Amino acid sequence: MCTKTFRLTLVFIAMQMFSYGQSEGMVHIKGARYIPLYGRDSTVVEVKDFKLDAYPVTNADYKEFVKKYPKWQKSKVKGLFADANYLRNWKSDLEYKDTENPKSPVTYVSWFAAKAYCECQGKRLPTMDEWEYAAMADENTKDARIKKSYNEQILAWYEASRSNENEIGQNPKNYWGVYDLHGLVWEWTSDFNSVLLSGESRKDNDKDNNLFCGSAALGATDLMNYAAFMRYAFRGSIKANYAIKNLGFRCAKDIDNTQ
Amino acid sequence: MKIIFKFFVKNNTRNLSFLTLMSLLLFSCFEDKKTEYASAEEIPVNREMIAELTAPPFVPTPIGKRKAKKLIVKMEILEEEGEITDGVRYVYWTFGGSVPGSFIRTRVGDEIEFHLQNHPDNKLPHNIDLHAVTGPGGGAESSFVAPGHEKVFSFKVLNPGLYVYHCATAPVGMHIANGMYGLILVEPEGGLPIVDKEYYVMQGDFYTKGANGERGLQPFDMQKAVDEKADYVVFNGKVGALTGDGALTAKVGETVRLFVGNGGPGLVSSFHVIGEIFDKVHVEGGDLVNENVQTTMIPAGGAAIVEFKVDVPGTFILVDHSIFRAFNKGALGMLKVEGEKNKKIYSGELMDNIYLPEGPGIQSMPTTDEVKESDIPAQSFAEQMEFGKQIYGQTCIACHQAEGQGIPNAFPPLAKSDYLNADVDRAIDIVLHGKTGEITVNGQKYNSVMTRQSLSAEEIANVMTYVYNSWGNNKTVVTPQRVKNVKSKK
Repeated sequence: MCTKTFRLTLVFIAMQMFSYGQSEGMVHIKGARYIPLYGRDSTVVEVKDFKLDAYPVTNADYKEFVKKYPKWQKSKVKGLFADANYLRNWKSDLEYKDTENPKSPVTYVSWFAAKAYCECQGKRLPTMDEWEYAAMADENTKDARIKKSYNEQILAWYEASRSNENEIGQNPKNYWGVYDLHGLVWEWTSDFNSVLLSGESRKDNDKDNNLFCGSAALGATDLMNYAAFMRYAFRGSIKANYAIKNLGFRCAKDIDNTQ
Repeated sequence: MKIIFKFFVKNNTRNLSFLTLMSLLLFSCFEDKKTEYASAEEIPVNREMIAELTAPPFVPTPIGKRKAKKLIVKMEILEEEGEITDGVRYVYWTFGGSVPGSFIRTRVGDEIEFHLQNHPDNKLPHNIDLHAVTGPGGGAESSFVAPGHEKVFSFKVLNPGLYVYHCATAPVGMHIANGMYGLILVEPEGGLPIVDKEYYVMQGDFYTKGANGERGLQPFDMQKAVDEKADYVVFNGKVGALTGDGALTAKVGETVRLFVGNGGPGLVSSFHVIGEIFDKVHVEGGDLVNENVQTTMIPAGGAAIVEFKVDVPGTFILVDHSIFRAFNKGALGMLKVEGEKNKKIYSGELMDNIYLPEGPGIQSMPTTDEVKESDIPAQSFAEQMEFGKQIYGQTCIACHQAEGQGIPNAFPPLAKSDYLNADVDRAIDIVLHGKTGEITVNGQKYNSVMTRQSLSAEEIANVMTYVYNSWGNNKTVVTPQRVKNVKSKK
């Protein structure tokens, strides 16, 4: 009897460990309905429960990845999937420059590369709605967007230079336990170009209108959320093969319903 | 809008001035070959040329009589920290590294190949909307560029005039508020008439988290920007950009042309030069010329060309005549004119008489001896501070400013002032008798006039105690007796 229970417990613990191992470094984010600054269709968006990396992917993480998957090495990557700036701060296929910090977020990576990285870990890139949902939390509230301090902190980052060279995890974690959504680098999302570039099914604007002058104000839900405006504008300016100094990523994962 | 242009292309062999050319064409010169184009669109271009770009207050060489060309403009966007006034830092977003951005000089018919380059260190995407462009977004649509990228688009300049360009990326207001604007001049066929001096001046309003003068790196304040409550209103990007060493210069007898723009984002400018009358104003930067203008309105996102001949020497002050902006927020520049005086035009002060409506007789101005002492003298240090602050607010603040910071290159600071702290009696003497001539304060040279102040000994004691016990000064307490001692020495 006793041994049986013990065995069961062991199996249980092993399973637990296994499942933790699968989502190491990820935090659970409980979904909800919310209104993003821009939406693809209607204003309210539903985000299901998901897991998100607690930290952005670092230079050291990415080095492991390119070791394992040579086709993403600097000299081997196809131009279609990454422009000439890809890993520009690396001195060779397997080494970043001496000035780079292993614990800084990896940047100069294209969307294709970021997507491949996540898929190789059994993960995926977060959607824009998921990313925005997780990023609207501050240290102790799920939705801090109306707080003045929240917006000011983000805006202060937009004005700080060379923040991509800082180490991950230096900023306080947010309500969900996620670090550095603001304060280090911009991050790729799976559907980064869905709002400004494709503009599909947006009623008020055709796609051109989003890119200039007053039209950015049309269809936005909160004109004071300048920080979010800048993120959406940034996403609108990039293409999937761009590799940019201030742009990194992190991965997300669906919640396994069978668990 | 369609405009029918008449353009005349002259033989290259002729080397006459534009005016002579025009009059020849009008009155006698029928034997010359000339080509007329039904519209600017049809003006052919020959050859490529890299556009000369200049940082303010300078402008590129006039186009003169050059033919229309393919003009290549390379504009680099830089996000960089600068100083908006002494001790106050601000992160500017710039076209070409300056606020306002580089001046572009073109002529009607030019085909411009525009390269917009977003520096890899920049955080944000940007674009450019040139008001001189005929096309959607003024180019904004085709120039939206991510950091580390370059966008190229081209356009033909059809309408002559002085135009604003600016960034139009969301949030538009913020991009403009951070300094992303400049001017593009489109000269007519044959060029603008040649003048002696040309300068580039552009007004802009800035919104900072801290109040005017609050030190340190100040972030953009979006709420103030939405409310249009500017902390700084300046010419050429910072307080004092056009004063002291930055002052514009000219010589007596010269004609000065100012290309004046207003980037906004929020405020309309009432542009005025103290002591001058504009002989000519190209109203709103267009063809309409008004003459003999005192103050010209420059809308946000608009421009004007003003011209005047300087007849007498002296310092002429450029202001936004919404005058608190000039003296309290920074919209103040200087044009220094050197040369011979002309007493016929301006005499200078001839006499200083007292005016008594009730009777004749010329007397001298009253000195501080005759100023009545207060009925309620200050009883304590706290009261001295309180009364002193009041006097400061009435008498000193206009020049020395709310936090004693002064106005760079015009009025010396009282805050942490080495000159002030070095010699209390000298400071008392200056308040009593005024001061003219060059002095050095905190390493900066100042050469202005402080008038004698009509204050009682007690009032002087109070205000100086207030000044000495504020803004990091040496905490001297000045007594009325000490003021009287200084007074009696003279």
